[in-house]
Formats: sequence, C-alpha cells, structure tokens
Amino acid sequence: MTGSATGSGATLESGAAIATTRPAIETHELRKEFGRIVALAGLTMTVPQGEVFGFLGPNGAGKTTAVKLLLGLSRPTAGGGLVMGAPLGDVPVRRRIGYLPELFRYQGWMTAREVLALHCELARLPRAEWAPEIRAALELVGLVDRADWRTETFSKGMQQRLGLAVALLGRPELVVLDEPTSALDPVGRQDVRGIIGALRDRGTTVFLNSHLLTEVERVCDRVAIVERGRVVAELSMADITRERGVSVLVTGLDDGGVEVAARFGPARVDGEWLFVDRIPDAAVPELVSELVSLGGAIHAVVPTRQTLEERFLSLLGPAPETSDEDAPTASREARP
Amino acid sequence: MNSVESILILARLTLREAAGRRLLWALVGLTALIVVLTWWAFSRISEVSPVSGPVQMLGVSQVTVMLAFMFSFVLAMTAVFAGSPAIGPDIENGLLLAMLARPIRRSEVMLGRWLGLAVVLVAYALAAGYLELGAVVLATGYAPADPLAAPLYLALEALILLTLAIVLSTRVASVAGGAIAVVAYGLAWMAGVMGGVGEAFNNDVLRWAGIVAKLILPSDVLWLGSAAALTPTDEVLRGGGLAEPALYKFSPFSGVSPSLPWLVWCAIWVVGALALGSLLLRQREL
Repeated sequence: MTGSATGSGATLESGAAIATTRPAIETHELRKEFGRIVALAGLTMTVPQGEVFGFLGPNGAGKTTAVKLLLGLSRPTAGGGLVMGAPLGDVPVRRRIGYLPELFRYQGWMTAREVLALHCELARLPRAEWAPEIRAALELVGLVDRADWRTETFSKGMQQRLGLAVALLGRPELVVLDEPTSALDPVGRQDVRGIIGALRDRGTTVFLNSHLLTEVERVCDRVAIVERGRVVAELSMADITRERGVSVLVTGLDDGGVEVAARFGPARVDGEWLFVDRIPDAAVPELVSELVSLGGAIHAVVPTRQTLEERFLSLLGPAPETSDEDAPTASREARP
Repeated sequence: MNSVESILILARLTLREAAGRRLLWALVGLTALIVVLTWWAFSRISEVSPVSGPVQMLGVSQVTVMLAFMFSFVLAMTAVFAGSPAIGPDIENGLLLAMLARPIRRSEVMLGRWLGLAVVLVAYALAAGYLELGAVVLATGYAPADPLAAPLYLALEALILLTLAIVLSTRVASVAGGAIAVVAYGLAWMAGVMGGVGEAFNNDVLRWAGIVAKLILPSDVLWLGSAAALTPTDEVLRGGGLAEPALYKFSPFSGVSPSLPWLVWCAIWVVGALALGSLLLRQREL
C-alpha cells in the first residue's frame, strides 16, 4: 500500500509491499457535484501498476462517476489526480487506456470488425497493426464467428464481449472495466475472469468497477470499498482471505460460553453454532477445551475463512444515522 | 494536425453512416425523380407559351424561383433532420462515451460530425440544384441571371441551418432541437419578407427588423441571393421593353444579391456558432 492513499475516512488495512513503479492511478480528494447532489465526496486512492484493482461499493456510491473522472469524460468539481502519470483529462494518455463503459452502444449499422477498426483508428494504432489486433481481440472474447455481423443484431452479452474486445485493442497499459460481467451468463463470466487473469500476466493494470463481490473476489489483487463517494477501506485480497475463523457446533452451554469464546476473537451464536472470527489456528484446541470444561458437548469444529462479502457487509452494514462526517462506520472506528 | 486528423476520422464515419443508413441513396433517388418531373413540367409550359420575350421570361423566372423555394425548404428540412440528432442521441445511448475515452476531444467529434453532414448536404444541394436548373434551361431556353450562383446560395443556406441544428443538438433533445431550428428558419424567412416590404415602402422599422433577424440567423440572406440569381437582370428586362422592372420584380419571390459584408457575416456566424457548440458540448455531463 502506498502512503498517498491515506485520505480522510480511508482505512489502510493492508501491509502489502510498496509499489516500486509510479502508480497507474492516484487521486487526491477528487470531488464531483451535480448541482446540489454530491456524487463523489472526496476520493483519495492509489492503484499500483500491474495489479487487478477492484472498485466496490453499493449502488449510488459514485463508482461510475469516479471512472468517468479518471478517464477525463467528466470534470471534477475539486481535487485532482494522475492516470498513468498524466493529469486527469489529458487527451494523449488515452492511447494507453482501454475502457469498457457500463452503459454503452456501438454503431448498430457497423459490423463487429468495423467497430474494432474504427477504434483502432481512434486509438491511432498504426494501420499495419489493425488486422492482427482485431483478430486477436475477436479471438480473446470469442466473437470470431460473429465478426461480420452488424452489431445491432447482437444480444446484450455479445455486445458486452464486443465492448471488452474494444477495450483490449492496442494492448493498453491500463484497462478500465465498468461492470464487465453484468450481462454475461456464467460461461461468459468465467471467460472474462480468464481474460482479466491474462491481462494481469502481461503486466496490464486492470481497474474493475463492480458490485458482484464474488467476481471481484476471484480476480482482484486489491480492492477499495467506496461509500458515499469516499474510500472507506483499501484491502488486499490476500489479507482478507488470511483472516480465518472457526465455527463450533456445540450443545449444553449457557451464555458464559460466548463470553469465553469472545476472549479468542469476535464471537456470536446462531442456534447451536458458535462463530469465532479472527482466531489464530493454534488457539482453536484451547477454545475447544475451554468450551468442554464449561460443560459443552462439541459435535463439530469447522475452520472458516472470511469472504469479501462478509468484510464488505461488516464495513458498510449498519446504515449511518447521522451526517456523513459523523457517521460511525466500522472503518472510522478502526482508523488509527 | 492531430485535431484535423480526428475531425476527418469523424467526418468519414458520418459519411459512412449516411451511406449505411441509406440517407444518401434516398437523396439520389428523390433527386432523379424531381429532375425528370421538372423537365416534363417546364416542357409543357414552353409548349403552351414559348419563352420569347421579357414578360414570359419573368413568368418562367417566377415559377423557377418558386421551385427553388420548395427545394430550399426541402434542403432546410434535410439539414435540420440530419443535424438535430447529430450529438444528443449519441450521448444518451452511450455511443459517445466509448469514443471519447479515445484520444479525441468533444469539439473534434462535433466538428467531424458537422463536416461529414456538410459534405453530404452541399453535394446534394449542388448536384440536385444544377440538374434541376439544367432541366429548366433545356426545356424552356430561359437563362437566369446567374445560374451558377443560385444552387451555391441554396447550399450555403442549408449549411447555416445544419450548423444551427448541430449546435442545438449539443444541449437539446433531437425532437426539440429540430423543432426550434424549423421555427427559427420560418421566422427568418418571414422576417426577410418583412424586411423586403420595409425596403419597398421605405419603412425603417420593418427594414431594421429584417436586418436584425438576418444577423441572428442569416439563412434568408442566402435564400434572397438565390432568388435574385434566378430572376432575369434589370438590363435584360429593360432591353426587352419593360419600363419599370423593379415593379414587376416586387413579389414574395423577388430576391436581392447578398453584399460581400453579408457573405462575410454568414461565414462569421457559422464559425461563431460552431465555437458556441463546442463550448456547450464541453460543459455537458455525459
């Protein structure tokens, strides 16, 4: 985690290595207002180069607004940032960026191949590279058979595959994908995961805007969680999955059982299951013997691993009742 | 240089779109039909009354100007219908979002769109205009004052309306933008007629109202130029024995050749409107 990511309200939970190269994206207090509506309150984050970065948040958190600001498609009300070392809104740097918008359409009267050729031209790729680039992109997204169909005949899923192909033209150094799997079936989603993995392998930075947590969990190296236009946490996926817990199926205990378990980590009871989070593996036998000494009968002990969804809900679960600045969110309690 | 390249990419795309959506073919087919009909109709007129003197000349010229007026109306509508959906719908359906993430500016998209549609419109106006005029000359033997200039003025008039429609399309929904442009065109024409009346009766209020309207939207300057180019010159009429040609020429279809300052104003107006359109588009949220 790089130091510049310490924005107001942000919690840095990861101890991952500091990126040695210049970050692909860094923003500072990026703010966007539409009249009296604040879409983005002050986005401060850093995306290291070569990582798959998940940008998560509930609907209306300002994710798409943030993407548009990063790509210069919208102007910030305040704050600023750098994308691939260039200030926001820089035009030439867009040659090095591929973008799949959330809501988009391509010229319906064109074939998929013609749309890709148009974007080769717009991206100013040398003409000799067009044919191999288009062929490679069509193969990657599985549209070779439909290359000469008019795009107006495409289903939503095929449109999304074409959008992905457009975003990958010319081997961009940064690929921004805004909800890339929203219209895809499970096979399509798996394909997209494969494509993102291949991009990571060749050193491309991927900025993945999504609300599908299981998708993000499977492909991302790092995630930022935004709420109300602010990053409330930046986490590395390795850290999340490293945090383990244990579920114990136990009978014959009174409330004292939970109190004992709470000494090992955050504990709660659901029916006959006792859940203890963030307990070190080595402490599990001690927990079990303490429960037995209290008169508990142990039927099962199951190690658990925290999912991104659980972390997401633990951060954003309770809706703040007071104003934005005073909201007692989990991240603020955890702020050093 | 880069900007020029971007504008040309968008202009080519717009031309391909016009061909792909069969706009070009519709225009070519309709033009052929109209030219044939024009030739047939004027052949009938000259059979009934051969064009041998200034009175017949004036008569044919008025029918020709009326025809040109109808053509200018069709051109104006074509310009408005082609221009008013040029930008807005592309923003609403996300087409522009994908393109603007490339190294291209919004103003370049707008100018490219304008250039592509301008090429289609001007080519159509000139080709159809010269063919129709050719059909009239062939059928009647009547030679207007300036047959080369007339379609050119019509093409420029269409360009003014295309520019207006495209500028509106940066901020207003297509239907509303189209309606505004059509109403503005109609008002400019009526103001031109009023200005002509003011000129004929030496009424300063009407004259100035006409001038202000032409400054706001100079389409009528070019229409009047086209009408003047299609009417016989005063010299021809006097030579033919008509004592007071100006009196004969006073009708809703009489014209006035635009002075150089007015032509310069038309050019300034187009450039200024496009600059305003760029500014409006730049400030629009996508």
